[in-house]
Formats: sequence, C-alpha cells, structure tokens
Amino acid sequence: MSASSAFNDEKGGSSSVGEPEYGHDPASGGIFSSDYKRHDDLKEMLDSNKDSLKLEAMKRIVAMIARGKNASDLFPAVVKNVACKNIEVKKLVYVYLVRYAEEQQDLALLSISTFQRGLKDPNQLIRASALRVLSSIRVTIIVPIMMLAIKEAASDMSPYVRKTAAHAIPKLYSLDPEQKDQLIEVIEKLLADKTTLVAGSVVMAFEEVCPERIDLIHKNYRKLCNLLIDVEEWGQVVIINMLTRYARTQFLNPNINESLLEEGGSGEKTFYGSDDEEDEDEEEKEKKAETAAMAKRKPYVMDPDHRLLLRNTKPLLQSRNAAVVMAVAQLYFHLAPKAEVGVIAKALVRLLRSHSEVQYVVLQNVATMTIKRRGMFEPYLKSFYIRSTDPTQIKVLKLEVLTNLANETNISTILREFQTYIKSMDKDFVAATIQAIGRCATNIGEVRDTCLNGLVQLLSNRDELVVAESVVVIKKLLQMQPEKHSDIIKHMAKLTDNIQVPMARASILWLIGEYCEHVPKIAPDVLRKMAKSFTNEEDIVKLQIINLAAKLYLTNSKQTKLLTQYVLNLAKYDQNYDIRDRARFIRQLIVPTEKSGALSKYAKKLFLALKPAPVLESPFKDRDHFQLGSLSHLLNAKAGGYQELPDWPEAAPDPSVRNVEVPEWTKCSSREKRKEKKVEKPFYSDSEGESGPTESADSESDSGSGSESASGSEVSASGSESEESEEGSESEEEEQKDKKKTKKELKKPVQESESEQSSEEEERKHARKSKISKSESESESDEEDESESESSESESEDSESEAEVKKKKKAAESKPPCKPVKKENKKEKKEISLLDLDDFDPTPSPQVTPVNSFLSSSLVTDLEGLSLSDSVLAPATMAPSSALKSYELLHRITGEGLQVEFCFSRQPFSPDANMVAVQMHFTNNASADAKSLHMEDVKLQSGMRVREFPEIELLPAGETATAVMGIDFCDSTQAANFQLCTQTRKFFVSIQPPVGELMRPVFLTENEFKKEQGQLMGMNEITEKLTLDATCRNEHTIVQRVTAAANLSRVPCGSDKECRFAGRTVTSGSLVLVTVVTREEGAAQLTVNCEKMVIGTMLVKDILLALTQ
Amino acid sequence: MIHSLFLINQSGDIFLEKHWKSVIGRSVCDYFFEAKEKAVEPENVPPVLQTPHHYLITIFRGKLFFLSVIQTEVSPLFVIEFLHRIADTIQDYFGECSETVIKDNVVTVYELLEEMLDNGFPLATESNILKEMIKPPTILRSVVNTLTGGSNVGDMLPTGQLSNIPWRRAGVKYTNNEAYFDVIEEIDAIVDKSGTTVFAEIQGVIEACVRLSGMPDLTLSFMNPSLLDDVSFHPCVRFKRWEAERVLSFIPPDGNFTLMNYHVSSQNVVAIPVYVKQSINFFESGSCGRLDITIGPKQTMGKTVEGLMVTVHMPKAVLSVNLTPTQGSCTYDSATKVLVWDIGKLNPQKLPNLRGSLSMQSGAPKPEENPSLNIDLKIQQLAISGLKVSRLDMYGEKYKPFKGVKYVTKAGKFQVRS
Repeated sequence: MSASSAFNDEKGGSSSVGEPEYGHDPASGGIFSSDYKRHDDLKEMLDSNKDSLKLEAMKRIVAMIARGKNASDLFPAVVKNVACKNIEVKKLVYVYLVRYAEEQQDLALLSISTFQRGLKDPNQLIRASALRVLSSIRVTIIVPIMMLAIKEAASDMSPYVRKTAAHAIPKLYSLDPEQKDQLIEVIEKLLADKTTLVAGSVVMAFEEVCPERIDLIHKNYRKLCNLLIDVEEWGQVVIINMLTRYARTQFLNPNINESLLEEGGSGEKTFYGSDDEEDEDEEEKEKKAETAAMAKRKPYVMDPDHRLLLRNTKPLLQSRNAAVVMAVAQLYFHLAPKAEVGVIAKALVRLLRSHSEVQYVVLQNVATMTIKRRGMFEPYLKSFYIRSTDPTQIKVLKLEVLTNLANETNISTILREFQTYIKSMDKDFVAATIQAIGRCATNIGEVRDTCLNGLVQLLSNRDELVVAESVVVIKKLLQMQPEKHSDIIKHMAKLTDNIQVPMARASILWLIGEYCEHVPKIAPDVLRKMAKSFTNEEDIVKLQIINLAAKLYLTNSKQTKLLTQYVLNLAKYDQNYDIRDRARFIRQLIVPTEKSGALSKYAKKLFLALKPAPVLESPFKDRDHFQLGSLSHLLNAKAGGYQELPDWPEAAPDPSVRNVEVPEWTKCSSREKRKEKKVEKPFYSDSEGESGPTESADSESDSGSGSESASGSEVSASGSESEESEEGSESEEEEQKDKKKTKKELKKPVQESESEQSSEEEERKHARKSKISKSESESESDEEDESESESSESESEDSESEAEVKKKKKAAESKPPCKPVKKENKKEKKEISLLDLDDFDPTPSPQVTPVNSFLSSSLVTDLEGLSLSDSVLAPATMAPSSALKSYELLHRITGEGLQVEFCFSRQPFSPDANMVAVQMHFTNNASADAKSLHMEDVKLQSGMRVREFPEIELLPAGETATAVMGIDFCDSTQAANFQLCTQTRKFFVSIQPPVGELMRPVFLTENEFKKEQGQLMGMNEITEKLTLDATCRNEHTIVQRVTAAANLSRVPCGSDKECRFAGRTVTSGSLVLVTVVTREEGAAQLTVNCEKMVIGTMLVKDILLALTQ
Repeated sequence: MIHSLFLINQSGDIFLEKHWKSVIGRSVCDYFFEAKEKAVEPENVPPVLQTPHHYLITIFRGKLFFLSVIQTEVSPLFVIEFLHRIADTIQDYFGECSETVIKDNVVTVYELLEEMLDNGFPLATESNILKEMIKPPTILRSVVNTLTGGSNVGDMLPTGQLSNIPWRRAGVKYTNNEAYFDVIEEIDAIVDKSGTTVFAEIQGVIEACVRLSGMPDLTLSFMNPSLLDDVSFHPCVRFKRWEAERVLSFIPPDGNFTLMNYHVSSQNVVAIPVYVKQSINFFESGSCGRLDITIGPKQTMGKTVEGLMVTVHMPKAVLSVNLTPTQGSCTYDSATKVLVWDIGKLNPQKLPNLRGSLSMQSGAPKPEENPSLNIDLKIQQLAISGLKVSRLDMYGEKYKPFKGVKYVTKAGKFQVRS
C-alpha cells in the first residue's frame, strides 16, 4: 500500500530532525512557513508514544486549520491516531479528519473501521460521536456504510443517537442525492419519534431532503404541535417554519370572510379579541365563537388543528431567542385570523432592543407587516422613533415603518418627529426623511399642503443633497395635481433668485417648463432671467434652460421667440459639447425651416407629452408573498432552496389524515384535565428526558398499540376536538408507561455514566410515589398548588429535612380517625410538597403501587368518617332522594332480557370517599336465570378509578337486584366504560356522569360562602342571565330544580331573592358555589364560582336547562 | 444551514475560519470587504449580503466581524442569533470577546465551534453543556495542565445533552450555596429641547448568578407582577406557571444567566431621574460656538444619582473645545468628534455645570442641527418602575441557600435633543 510506505518514508525523514519544539505557542504565526522540517516535527510528535506530545502536535495542527493554512500533508500521520485513547487527541483527530477527508479519500478510508466499531459501543455518547464523524466524512465510497449506520441509529435506544442520525441525513443527502428515497424512509421513521430531542433535528432533515413530502407530516402534526414548547430553541424555529407551510396547504383561510365577519358586528369580534388576551379558556371561547358562527350561518369554522397550532406557538413569543419570536410572528401573520395577529406586535417591538443586526431584520419584517396590517403596530408608534445614535440603515428602516404607520390621526406627531430628523447630520438619513414626507403627503390628503410647504422651505437648505431630494419630491408631488399648485410653482420660480444649488435650480426650471401652462405669466420672465445668467450657470442648469426655452417656444412663441433664439445662440458657443449638441438638436426640432423633416411637426408632442406621475410607494409593498422572516423576504429575491408559501386551498383537504389511531373517547372530555396536563408538561418531559437513556423506541410503540386496543367498542362522538384531547391523555399514559419501564430497567445494572443520574431519578420517583399515594387518599389534592404556595410563604425560610417529614407522615397515619386529623393531614401535605421537584398533576394518577395501598386505604377510612360526619351536621341539606334520576345502562332488548338502570345515589361511597356512588338496578326480564353478574375489562381515562360492585351470583328470572359501585371520575365527565358480564354473555356499557353528580354537598355559612366566593372571582366566575319558567318562579322550585340538577346543598341566605348552593367536587374537593338571584318577572341571574372552569361552565349549562324548562 | 464562519478584525484580516461542510475559499469575503468599504462605519455594513453563489450574514461584535456563509434559504435571524450566541459563549469562556483572546485560545474556540454546530445546524449551544465538554481555561488549570500534560477537554462524557433540562449540568456541588439576582432597569427616553418627554419606557432585565448544588427548583415571585407588560424568559422558566400565577418557576442553569427580560407597561408614567438645561450655539460668523449644560435631579425617589456621564457627538466642523466643568472631567476626541463629560455623583446642592466655547473649522458652514446629548447614569438600590421581588423559594434540595436581590436603575438609550 502506498500509504504505509509513505509512513515509513516520513518516519525515516523525521528521525533526523532533533527535538520537537512543543513549548511553541500553537497560535503564533511562525510555524507554518513552507518549511517542511516543521511539519516533520509534528509528524514525529504524532508518532511518539506520549499523549502529551501528540496532543501538542494536534493542537498546533488544528491552529493551522483554524487560520486557514494547509495541513493536508500531515494526513497519514494524523489518521493513525484515530484510535488514540486520549479523548482530547481523539477529538482533535476527528476535527482534522472531517476537514481533510474529502481531499484524501483513500487514506480516510483507513479510519472508517474505527467508527464502525464506535457505532456498536455500549455508550450512547460514543455511538453518537462515531456516527457524527462518520457522516461528516465526505467520501462517496462510504455512502452505503453511512446509509446502513443511519438506518441503524434511527432505531437506536437512545434518543440522542437518534438525534445524531437525523443530523446525518442531510449530510448523506448532499453527498449522494440518489439516496433520497431511502433517506425519506428514515425521516418518516424519525418523524414518528416522540422525544423532543429528535423533533427539531428530524424536521430540519425533512426540510433539507424532502420539503415537498408534506404528507409525511399529517400523522405527526399534532404531536409536533404539542412537543413544540419543549423542543430546543433552534429546532423550534425550523418546526414552526415548516408548520406554517403545512398549515397553508391543509386549512382554510381564516380571513376568508373577513368582510362578513365585520358585518357580523362586534359580538363576534370580541370573541376573537379576548382570545388573544386570555388563552386560558381559549377553547371555551373558541367553542362559543364556533357556535356563534354557526348561529349566524357563517361558513367558516376554524379547524381545531389549526387552532392547536396557533395556541401552542403563542407562548413562544416570550422566547429569549429572537429567531423563535420571529418564527411565531410570521406564523401568526400568515395563518391567524386578522383579529388575533395583533399579539405579535408587542413581541416584535421587544426585539428592537436587541442587537442592531436583529433590529435590522425585524424592522424589515415589520415594514412589510405594517403595509398590510397597519393597526397592529399603531400603539407602538413611538418605539420606532429614531435616535441620533442609531446606524443609518436602522434609521432608514424605522422611517419606513413610521411612514407606513402614518394616518390622519397621528400624522401631525409624525411630521413633528420628521422635522427633527431633517436637521440630522446624517445626510443619507435626511434624504430618506424627505422622501418619507413626500410619501406621507401622497397618502394623506389633509397634510399634502403642509408637507409641500415644509419641503419648499427645505429648498433653502445649505446641503445640496437635501435640496435636491426636496425638489425631486416636490416635483413628484406636483406632478400628481399640478393645476392646484401653481402657487408653489410660482414660489419655486421666485426661489431661483436665491437658490444656488445647481441641482435644485435645474429641477425648478424643469418644473416651470413642464407646467408653463399653469404659470403663463411667470415662465417667460424666469426664462428672461436665466438667459441673462446663462453663461454663469452650471451645465445641468444650462441644459434645463434650453429645455425651458424650447417648451416655452412651443407654447408661447409670441413672447419667447427672441429669448429662445438668444439662449440657443449662447448655447451654440458653449464650451460643453453636450450643451452645443442639445442646442443644435433643439433648434432643428422646434424652429421650422425647409430642411426640417417631419419630426418638427411632432415637436410639441415630444416635449410636452404628459409624463406619468411617479408612484411613491413603499419598497416593502407586496413583499409579503415571501414567507416573512425568510432570507428571500429580506433580499426580496428568491433564495436557493426557498419553499414557496402556498396559497390557502379553496376547500380544506380531509382533516382526518391527521388522526392518529388512538382510543376514541366520548366528546365530553375533560378539558380541565388537559389544561392541567399542559401545565405540567415541562415537568413530565423533564423526567422523560432523564429516563431517556433507558427508554426505547419499542416501548413507545408498545404503549401505542396498547392504548389502541383500549379503544374497544367505544361509541365516540366524532369531531376532532375529542381526538385532540385523546392525544393528551394518550401521551400521558405513555409517559407513565415509560416511567414504569424506566423503573424496571433501573433495577438492571446501568452503565457507569448514567448511574448517578438514574439514582437521582429513582429518588425523585420515590418522592413522587409517596406523594401520589398521599394525594390519592386525600380528597383535596387539587388544592395542592394553593397550599404549596401558602406553605412556601410560611415556611420556605426553614426548609425541612426529608427525614423529618417522613416522621410526621407516619405520625399522621397512626392517628385515629377524628376530625382534627383532616387539618393535620393538610398541614402534612404542605410540608411534603416542599420535597417535590415537580409539582405534579393534581389529579390522582392510577399508579397505585401495592406498597402503600394499605396506607391509603387507612386514610380513606379516616376520611370516610369525616365525610359522614359532614353530612350528619347538615342532614337537611341533603338532596331529596326522590329527585334521583335514573339512566339506562342496558336496554332490555340488547341485554337479551337483562335490563340495567343506574342512578347516582348521592350517598357517600363508603369504601372510597373520592368515588361517586352509582346505584345499579338489575331486572331480569328473561325466562332464564342470569348467573354471576359482574364487571370486566374496565376502560378508563387516565386518573379514573372504579370499584366494582360485588358479583351477583344469581338473578332469577323476573327478579330484581341492586348493587352499588364507585367511580372516581376525576372531576371530569368522561365516561367509564366496562363490560357487564353474565355467565354467558358480555355487554359493553358505559356510564357517563352529568356534571352535577361530580360533587357532594358541603355546608357553609353565609359568611363563609361570601368569603369563598370572593376568592373565586374573575375567570373562575361564570354568570348567565336567564328568564325563569313561569312554573319556577318561587324559591322552593328553584331550590328543587337546582338540587336535582346538581348535588349541592343550600346555603342559608338573608334575602329571599337569592338562593345559594355550595358543594365540592368529589375528587379534588374544589369548591362549587352557585347563586341564583331572582328579579322581577322571572328575570334571574345565575352565577357559578368554581376553580375548575370547565366544571363551572358545564354546570351553568345544566342548571340553566333545569331552570328554564 | 451555516456553511462556514470567518472571523474578521476591523482592519479586514481573517484570523479564524471554520467550515462545517466542504471548504469555501476566503475569496467569498471580498464581497463583504467591498460593502464594508462602502459603509464607512462598521455598524452600517448591511448584515445580509448577496453574492453570486452565497449569502453572507454578518454581525459586528466587540470590534470583530463574525461572517457566516450561507448557501440556501434560512431564517436570517436564526443565523444572527446564533452568531451572537457564539460571541456570548466566547465571552463566557474567556471573559471577553476580542481578537487577542480568540487568537490566544484558538484551539479551544475551534473546538467550541465544532461542538456548537453539526453540519451547520446548532447542536449544543447551552454554556452549561459546553463547559462540561470543553472546560474553560483558568489559571490553575493551565498550570496543572502544563505540569501533568492534562487537557481541558472533559474526559467525562457530557450527560446534559441527553436530558430535557439541557441548560443545567448534572452533579453540581458547592460548599457555599448562593443565589443572587440583579434587577436592572434601563430608562429609554427621548427628551426634546424644551424638556418635554417625547418618548420614555422602562426595560428591565433580571440577571441571575446561581451557584446551588444538585437540582434546585426555584420560585421567584414579585410583589407587583402586574407592572410587567411584556416578558421574555430563559428557556428554563415554566411559562404556564407564569401565565397562571405570575411567578417565575425554574430549575436554574449553573452560573450566570439572564433569567428574564421585561418591559414595564406603558400606562405607567416613567420617572425621569434628571433634567438637563442646555444651550449649544454655533455662531454664523467667527467660526466658534458656545456650550452650556447644567444637570439637576428630577425624580430620583430620594436616591443618589451616580455615574452620571454626558456624551455628545459633535458636528464634524468642531475642531476643539475649551470647556470647564464645575464637577468631574471633560474630554474631547477630535478624531471621532465625541465629547465626554464624566460627572460622577450628582450633588443636588451644587448642580454640575459645563460651560465654554467650541472652536470650529474656519469657513465651514454653521451646523444645521445641534447635537443631541446622550445621558448615562446609575441609581443603586432602586428599580425605577417600582418592581419588587417578594420572595425566592427553593424546592428539591435540602440545604439553605444564601439569597440576595439587588436593584439598579440605569439610563438606557437616554437622549436629550437640543
């Protein structure tokens, strides 16, 4: 091999050179002379056994590379060290290899096997780095090896390796575009990845390799939207830009019936308007807006997926990264309904505080936006005021924005600002200001005269540039309506006496010549004066004098014939040949002689043709056909690789393509819960990330299919809203599964580098576990946040040790069930929460571990006692059981004779206070006995729990039986699905609670009620006006109907015009306060205060229905 | 995305280059040099340039140009933000971002660039992760390294990259656990000749220095969060918590970082701490001018104004000045035409005054505009908006940290027109 022989030669050569100078500063310039001996030093150092020598040599070589010097002749010596043990040497060798492999392809191949070995390393970081270097070596021969490595890495256990695989895809693609199809397969696979680590990188690969394959995004769309906030910032930019394009192909233009909406009145607008302010209950609003839109028969309804994108990107406007903010801003600009775009203005204005390069780009985009959506930036007008210290390019852009923002109301302030600018020392900027004034004058009729006068004054400026610019602008303005402004032309004519700037004189003369018909008396006089001073004028002025003379001769030859001839004669002998030529040409043209041809007939048409008025418009007009924030937009030219932003489709493509096969639950999903999950999300992903190393792609797909089967025979309401929610819950399920998985794997020996981390993870898990059991056993887990903050106020100074807390916890457990326990518990809980890294999902999770089940059950009995005593205290407040409504669970016919009804008994469910008691009433209408009635295969949304009713062994024909089961609905109206089994048959049934049954009555005094209500104001309060049914205008009926609709107790009240009710939700114990105030003639007002807004809104609906029917 | 990077000093020497894909020749920078020539001032060089085959995106920072070469469509802000992140990282590592520092640490810088981008796409940009992989040089370490032949490349593999809290490295340990927060507010204002405020707003930033062991979870709450109108956060801040409760809840990065930037709602009237009485006159004849500036306290909330400084960019025609300050010192750089009056502490009893004559180039026309005054000042122990941190709580760790909050008000872009 030639390579090895080369090694030997070099070795031989270098041995003669003495000591290497390794004390030499690698940065000093001297080492790279063409002196080969120096390089021989390096070679020798590289061949030595000492790592320190090698390192020194590599440092010097890398320093050479960094300065752009050629170090390629060292390749053989360096590449030998690719397997060096010393990490730093190895790293530097990699740096070298990546830089020179392309030039020395054959030698580079020697190193490949090292990387191939690295790809199999048990340590994920080594696998990743091997793949990174391997894919960076631009040697076509190894394309198949790279392809194989990428494919393998794409299904690696470690998300970090998968991320590296995503990075490698565009590298391979640029090396060999033929691999595209195979690479797309890998991209498709990686797009399905659920970790935030991979998402950004794979979308980047997608954008570089196959941006046209928008179909690959469908299935991952919702996942990308949901992951977005946790993706690293650079990935966010890429994903948002891609999703903007995607949304343009998949959804309808939200502004399609803008005009209709405007007719629709303010009602509709406020829905959208308030949306921007409080995205908390955006969904609620959106729904309302939707229904409102329906009611008005508006054809446009925003696709929920479209809304999902807008909602999930909005928080990113608060990013510290200007690129992310810009990406969201352009997304809103291109995709959001007109009324919602306004939110981006504030964030963009914030970026103006950043580096001047950032300002430059942002201002360019703002300039484009202000043309289309002026109103958006109007409130921030003053933020675009110019400081004398701004760089000129920023000044000019700010000026552009100010000009675009000018309207009738603010023009006077803007013009006052402009006045200051005109005095600036920066003349380019002054010129731009004058142009801006001109544009304001054309756009806003009211100020045209003011502007003109101001500009005329500028004509006396000392600076030539200013004058020239003013004259040019005045010329343009006058050209628009010359007849109105003959006085200005006259004024300018007078200026010729004073103004010495040749450019300005020339411009004035042109103007007078052009509009000589409007100033018939003055024009000849000006010519007379000019003729007098002709010989002393500058050349450009002379030319314009000739022009003026010619024009006047054509229109008013009687008065000016002699003058013209005089001027032409002077010009004939001018020193400048241009002027002599012009004079000759014009004489031939305008003075008819026998010789003159046909042209002179048209002289008037030639000289006095109507010249089109110049258009003064923003250079940013129509730039928005480029995607904002893009390079192409900035340059106003299509950059290579730019993907056009497609137009909105006429009709929306099938939205179901985005559906992911997941269990479908009923439509009444708990929005509340999803919200909470969102809040918690970063925490989950925190832990998810840490469990990363052990998590595998397989486990994900497992859990996916698991939940798939869970969908069972569920009768789902169609509509993507419900699907949206499913995703949320699904992902949670997965997370939990992942966690379990991690826990399991933790027991296996873990790799060294991760052990530290995982033990930490375990610790945390412990804390969480105990917390979960705690919160489960307690009925008030929802108050956790509240109590946490309370506790932090009271106790944060002295943080407690874990051990102490544990002790207290035990103490709490051993306490007998009595009322004080509750308080005690509460206090305990506060302290425990101090331990937590994460604040968790307040809804109890179904992860009940056997270890602490006894613990929770003992607490349950405590609480059970408590809740009983509660009801004893206020027996009168219990809802009349006669009002209980029963629902059908299984119809006689479908049940083949077995009929089952259920009702919510409104009794505390003794085995578990967090459960709603459901009384089942079985009737056997069949001729045969039913045997062994029991439940099976319970399918629940996460967090929900069921306590099955005891098996009914025998139900003889014609007999009835009752049984009670408990369901913890987690304060949501999601259905509990299960199979009702007899010995022979199975029936799928589901129980869905009305919202009123998710609470239990509590007794409050009037004062307590008022106090609690005072704390649940704002978003937690929902008020509706209603007209009471004629039959329902007395207090008694109101009480009856409200208590029938919801399991609440009445709160005593002084006024007979007002009825108050109170309750707590069963699972979380959130207070629910209802007030009905009656007024004259059946008018009434219903107010519901509840921390859980979704429960509140649903309850309002139910009570309204109950009261108005 | 980013193809290559060139570092160029103000005199136009390329002293470092890095290519993430195949090598692009230095000649591509010629287009930039052309534009630089045209722009005269370095900050006037357009950040984005188009050349026949490439696009050049440049930032100017610390008297250096960071020039990146782009071949295909990319969001320009993405590149600009990233280039600034490189400069930030260099500053973070070596204390400053200058040519000498980069030249002295060329290998470390090169390694950093290698880690920050992969194939032109950002890979690791959090300084906590980078520091795990490439240790920043300290005097102690360089001594140890020369003795033992050790290196400043971490021999542990960085685990931070694997976590979803990429901004914090694992296994942080301190003997003194401390968390300090500086609330720094800057007043941006334009005051016109007559002393009326044309435009004023307050921009704030909370700089944190957190040295806490383990994985602390901090919650910072304000007495009056409603003052904050617009905010941007370090990625560690949980946005939803802020939305819901108006508290900053976060697992902090280790070391110094910017926790949040904010803008105080524009409804609040901004207190302007000083007033300026000034008259600058240039005479039509005699090629000279007069200058008289007095500064006095206006709304200082009972605190002392310190570090008061006035900077004036004089018209080109002003050759020299003959000014006497009653307090502080006054210098005039006739090359850059910048007049600096460093006053120091503002004494309300005896207002500082600067008076004297300006001599102009003879024959030059009288300047049209009077130069505007840029005011610099500092008020300790005061956040001018009235923002107050109410408490800082720590969860997740058992020790008791030292906590501290400091308030400073500064003049931002504070300009008095004359």
